[in-house]
Amino acid sequence: MPKAVFPNRLLPYLLLSPQIAVTLVFFYWPAVQALWQSMLREDPFGLKTTFVGLQNFSNVLADPAWLNAAWTTVVFSVSTSVLSMGTALLLATAAEKVLTGKAFYRTLLIWPYAVAPAVAGLLWLFMFNPAMGTFAYMLRDAGLAWDPLLDGDQAMGLVVVAAAWKQISYNFLFFVAALQSIPRSLLEAAAIDGARSGKRFRTIVFPLIAPTSFFLLVVNTVYAFFDTFGIIDAVTAGGPARATETLVYKVYTDGFVNLDLGSSAAQSVILMAIVIALTAVQFRYVERRVHYG
Amino acid sequence: MIERDAAGRALAHLVLIVGVLIVAFPIWYTFVASTQSVETILRPPLPLVPGGEFAENYGNAIFGGMSRIGGVGVGTLLFNSTVMALGIALGKIVISLLSAFAIVFFRFPFRMACFWMIFITLMLPVEVRIMPTYKVMVDLGLIDTYAGLILPLVASATATLLFRQFFMTIPAELVEAARIDGAGPLRFLRDILLPLSKTNIAALFVILFIYGWTQYLWPLLVTNDNRMNTIVIALKKMVSFADADTPWDMVMVTAILAIAPPVLIVVLMQRWFVRGLVESEK
Amino acid sequence: MAAIELQDVRKVYAGNVEAVKGVSLSIPDGAFAVLVGPSGCGKSTLLRMVAGLEAITSGTVSIGGRVVNDLEPAERDIAMVFQNYALYPHMTVRRNLEYGLRNRRTPAEEIARRVDEAARILDIAGLLDRRPGQLSGGQRQRVAMGRAIVREPAAFLFDEPLSNLDAKLRVAMRAEIRRLQRRLRTTSLYVTHDQLEAMTLADVLVVLNAGRIEQSGTPMELYERPASLFVATFIGSPAMNVIPHGAAVAAGLVPQGAPEATLGIRPEHMRLVEGLAASGDEAVVDLEVSGVEVVGAESYVTGRLGSSAVEISVRVPGHSRLEPGTPMRAAGGRAAFLRFDPQSGARISAVSGA
Ligand SMILES: Nc1ncnc2c1ncn2[C@@H]1O[C@H](COP(=O)(O)OP(=O)(O)O)[C@@H](O)[C@H]1O
Ligand SMILES: [Mg+2]
Repeated sequence: MPKAVFPNRLLPYLLLSPQIAVTLVFFYWPAVQALWQSMLREDPFGLKTTFVGLQNFSNVLADPAWLNAAWTTVVFSVSTSVLSMGTALLLATAAEKVLTGKAFYRTLLIWPYAVAPAVAGLLWLFMFNPAMGTFAYMLRDAGLAWDPLLDGDQAMGLVVVAAAWKQISYNFLFFVAALQSIPRSLLEAAAIDGARSGKRFRTIVFPLIAPTSFFLLVVNTVYAFFDTFGIIDAVTAGGPARATETLVYKVYTDGFVNLDLGSSAAQSVILMAIVIALTAVQFRYVERRVHYG
Repeated sequence: MIERDAAGRALAHLVLIVGVLIVAFPIWYTFVASTQSVETILRPPLPLVPGGEFAENYGNAIFGGMSRIGGVGVGTLLFNSTVMALGIALGKIVISLLSAFAIVFFRFPFRMACFWMIFITLMLPVEVRIMPTYKVMVDLGLIDTYAGLILPLVASATATLLFRQFFMTIPAELVEAARIDGAGPLRFLRDILLPLSKTNIAALFVILFIYGWTQYLWPLLVTNDNRMNTIVIALKKMVSFADADTPWDMVMVTAILAIAPPVLIVVLMQRWFVRGLVESEK
Repeated sequence: MAAIELQDVRKVYAGNVEAVKGVSLSIPDGAFAVLVGPSGCGKSTLLRMVAGLEAITSGTVSIGGRVVNDLEPAERDIAMVFQNYALYPHMTVRRNLEYGLRNRRTPAEEIARRVDEAARILDIAGLLDRRPGQLSGGQRQRVAMGRAIVREPAAFLFDEPLSNLDAKLRVAMRAEIRRLQRRLRTTSLYVTHDQLEAMTLADVLVVLNAGRIEQSGTPMELYERPASLFVATFIGSPAMNVIPHGAAVAAGLVPQGAPEATLGIRPEHMRLVEGLAASGDEAVVDLEVSGVEVVGAESYVTGRLGSSAVEISVRVPGHSRLEPGTPMRAAGGRAAFLRFDPQSGARISAVSGA
């Protein structure tokens, strides 16, 4: 960090004020309100509010619907991360191997990053919806009872694929960067030592990209937790029969549709705790790699 | 080189081609659909090549035909999305640049407290504090305003951290040389720091523009008036499988129009985008 | 043009690190003063206090008779050359030179005149449209000098400006800086840890040790009449031989019971002698050769003194072929031995002759 600094006393506060103001109004105030709200209960007509302490939290944690949503979130996150990262790693390895056309392939692989999650969901729905989707038509032709609007597992499959598709670009770029940072001399040394390419991947490449993979795992989990709200809302709206209702989706429906403010706030607070834990894990990883001055 | 085997490379090309097909297919499918008539779209399987309705569908959507859906033209929707994406991208860049500048190049009481206060916002995406943030917007009368679409998403730490990290790589002597050359802090910011940050700003701009354009939950909540919808929200509202009147051709055109601007930005500014993405996360 | 005066200048960093412990120094108008000392002794801190880049804890700094303690760096009428040059990477060389003048609202014709003149003096006219990234280390160094020159300041400040250059370029630039300063007659304060650089550049040489001035004077004064053991060993290469009292008694250099003193003698004041061929006013020591360094026209033979761990280096002309392990005898004029207080390190003997 530069030790040479400007001596002004007031200016730094002025420079900081826009960010601090926005942060206070749109972040800290709402966050405190969420905490406070999570300890209140309103009667069904919104006439009376009582302080109930941690009651909302214990209700939420004991609620089968919430536990179901938690499990759904885990299944959704794990499937999405594995599918997306696996595909991306395969593509990145292939991209590292080819000698020509790297830039061309990359250009064609980064599109999905720019597609809004909700739109990504719709694109897949266009192809797979039973009313007019070409693939739904083909699946049914092949004798499969395809209807993601009725079958929970099929619905989950569809949102997972759409969510993973959207995230492939991101994972691909990071894996490519990680693979490129492996010193060629290391691979050459291994080749001289007689390691075949499969073994080289397992013993050298994989350990070296493990940190990136771990980082991506956290990022993908956070993505699956929060950024996929649009996909789920657009494709299944949490259905059928709550088969695709994730935690974030439930916060939204309980708060804005069912108007159960206390419960929704308590769920928000629990989610905050989860994100903070995930971020802390990620930050520890970041700390190990980058030294802040 | 190690890899002399042509077979391995051919396999790699094959994997990439299949990958590109899978990745690009959903967009291609929608594009093809956007050039077909409603009747063709509703009678699967859809052809694999564009149909003849391109001019008509896009003309319809852009010059008026869309107004029958929610009474809002596609131009307004694109405008709203652009305002929101630009507002978020530029807003974040400006306030983050200033705050990172303050944190790195000045020493003042509560400096680290301010830093942590900003840093913590990194941890909480808007999705987990939607209810109370929504209430704040109602209290401030920001529902159905551009400010309401933009401001809450401008508060984020990522860009500040990125700028801070970059500023810390600037040699102290450069600051000292500038001070001896008679540059005060603001002149230093304008003449030296900003030009040196150009590529970082470009990279960040792409990422934040995409971030703003692809927002969903927040614009959904904070706009009631259809005229304030972003194109993504409008698209979602148009899609209904239950409704026999859904104008699928218009839906497909809208989907392509919702995708095209950010995709173009990512592809055209690929160099900065890739660098910015990979670096900002490290 | 201006003299620089420091009066009891102190610097205490946060965490109670006292980097400069009361330095008083006056540099006459037009002089080239060099601050030399080991790494971490506070040279940069002192220079940066003169520049206004570091707050002065106590004491006063004046430039041209004006106390500058509370002035911004830009108001002190100084220019500075940094070790890493600190050129603005996104500006052309011309813009780099102009920047400070533009900020001062110097008229355009005046700016052009000064830039052209500096470019001519430094022979960088052909580089004016390049960026710093397209220049070699030596060229960047010139541009950094140019940026200082165009300001026509009352004083130049240099912080190890040659440390990033390779050895050959360093010698060439050293000569150039000296020539330039002679020509411009601008008071200069130059910081380096390289005593050879210091010796060759300085009108006034200031040796700094742990935040204090050990001694200041002309280079030859310091070389011949070092005020302390620290200065004696820091200035000169190879370093002065140091013989602790005990070893000196054991070797018969001083009689038993003589007052305690550490002896010092420079390698060039000693010679190898055969048998007892030393003259009467010479002291003789017996050594066992431990190493030979041939530097070209002369060699330095190092030998261990008796059974002690003390090593003594002797300059011999030509190419010495002595083998390690061979015994040898060295003699040095008694007058050439300096005596230092073993506790404080201060010189106690007068310097005769020389
Ligand atoms: N900003 C600072 N804060 C605390 N201590 C410092 C700072 N800068 C330098 N020091 C300390 O002051 C002493 C002198 O440093 P410096 O003037 O840079 O030495 P030199 O230039 O002679 O190598 C060193 O011990 C160094 O660790
Ligand atoms: Mg120094």
